[in-house]
Amino acid sequence: MPRDYDLLGPDAQSAVAKGLVTEDWYRTPIDRKVMKALMKRADQPAIRDTGVLFGLMAVFAATAIALMPSWWSAPFWLAYGVLYGSAMDSRWHECGHGSAFKTRWMNMVVYQVACFCMVRDPSCWKFGHARHHSDTVIVGRDPEVAIMRPVDMLKMAANLVGILDVIDGVKRMIRHAAGHILPDEADYVAESFHAKTIRTARIWLAIYAATIAAALVFQSWIPVLLIGLPRLYGCWHMVLCGWLQHGGLADNVLDHRMNSRTVYMNPVSRFIYWNMNYHVEHHMFPLVPYYKLPELHEICRHDFPAPNTSFLDGYAQMLPALWRQRKDPDFYLRRPLPETANPYHEGPAAKAA
Amino acid sequence: MAEWVDACATGDVDAEDVIRFDHGARTFVIIRDHEDNYYCTDGLCTHEDVHLEDGLVVEATIECPKHSSIFDCTSGEVETPPACENLCTYPVKVDGGRVFVEI
Repeated sequence: MPRDYDLLGPDAQSAVAKGLVTEDWYRTPIDRKVMKALMKRADQPAIRDTGVLFGLMAVFAATAIALMPSWWSAPFWLAYGVLYGSAMDSRWHECGHGSAFKTRWMNMVVYQVACFCMVRDPSCWKFGHARHHSDTVIVGRDPEVAIMRPVDMLKMAANLVGILDVIDGVKRMIRHAAGHILPDEADYVAESFHAKTIRTARIWLAIYAATIAAALVFQSWIPVLLIGLPRLYGCWHMVLCGWLQHGGLADNVLDHRMNSRTVYMNPVSRFIYWNMNYHVEHHMFPLVPYYKLPELHEICRHDFPAPNTSFLDGYAQMLPALWRQRKDPDFYLRRPLPETANPYHEGPAAKAA
Repeated sequence: MAEWVDACATGDVDAEDVIRFDHGARTFVIIRDHEDNYYCTDGLCTHEDVHLEDGLVVEATIECPKHSSIFDCTSGEVETPPACENLCTYPVKVDGGRVFVEI
């Protein structure tokens, strides 16, 4: 079946008609006291991680600048870029959920910085991500589907360096700065936030213009290597992690165990990604902060398909499925559940089929 | 006409926690804050009708379990989006170890 991911297209209407726009998502039963303990917020882990993140960015950037114009500066720029273009994605995500810090203003400050780095309007992406959680990989409803079917490998390759995402982000920023909210955004962003979006875009455009002006005036790459370009040259880690979240799995189902993937990762990637490799757990229980996800994983794993054991294991499973989805968009990976698990809750799409 | 309805025992709700309370065709939540004050609000988040019974209570606020909208339990006022409409709140009294709600 062809798919139309346009939020205003026919698949959006048919998702409603099929009963896929609902709160009837499967959740692993967990004792309320246990869940309450898991949801409990603290400031300390995120203050520590944020201090390390910005400290490393400062050290890498200072070292890179000191070594310019030598090529020895390149590894330091690349390291800075990954923290800017990838770690800021996970900070955007966690602080957008309001779960990283206990103190609300801390979430807000890091959220605003991360949104700027990722070229994502804070309001649009707040509402858009809420929709992603309501209607995860429901075609025509979810604005954050990273790999659409039929799969286009060229598009995926272009996004490894953020080309399509950045073009889209910059286009939207310019439209916002001109006073326009795009029709797809109007579908999920409350009208009371439109003025904020327009004001934010104007401030951001001024910052980017000043950065480019500084690069021209000083005849130096340094300003744009610090601000803006790392969104391109440093986003590969975010993209590689992001594809694993839902790639090759089911769409139009009401069970996150069918459309999301948990992958064990090395400690460095988990720091950059803030534990979003526990992605089934995150979608099922989005109030649980990133530092409690490993604990949640242990509690839920009897009810989940086996996690992928590494990046490589995840890609070994996902890439053949994506290759097949180039020609066969209905194909998806259906992973077996352990005997201790409740059956998959496929929802009305399965009943119709 | 509003009436006082026996919703639950005080001990049914832990400190900084919430339980569901259904009455007739309507659904509510009974919330107990960190200072043992009790509140009653509509049960469904004003954003997308997610039930608040699985939400997170911090002091006198409740957070929607799905999209993290936070509401002030005393007034029902939205403190963080994506919800934009306030929750309805209902008068509560505690008498003889029971929580009564005027609905």
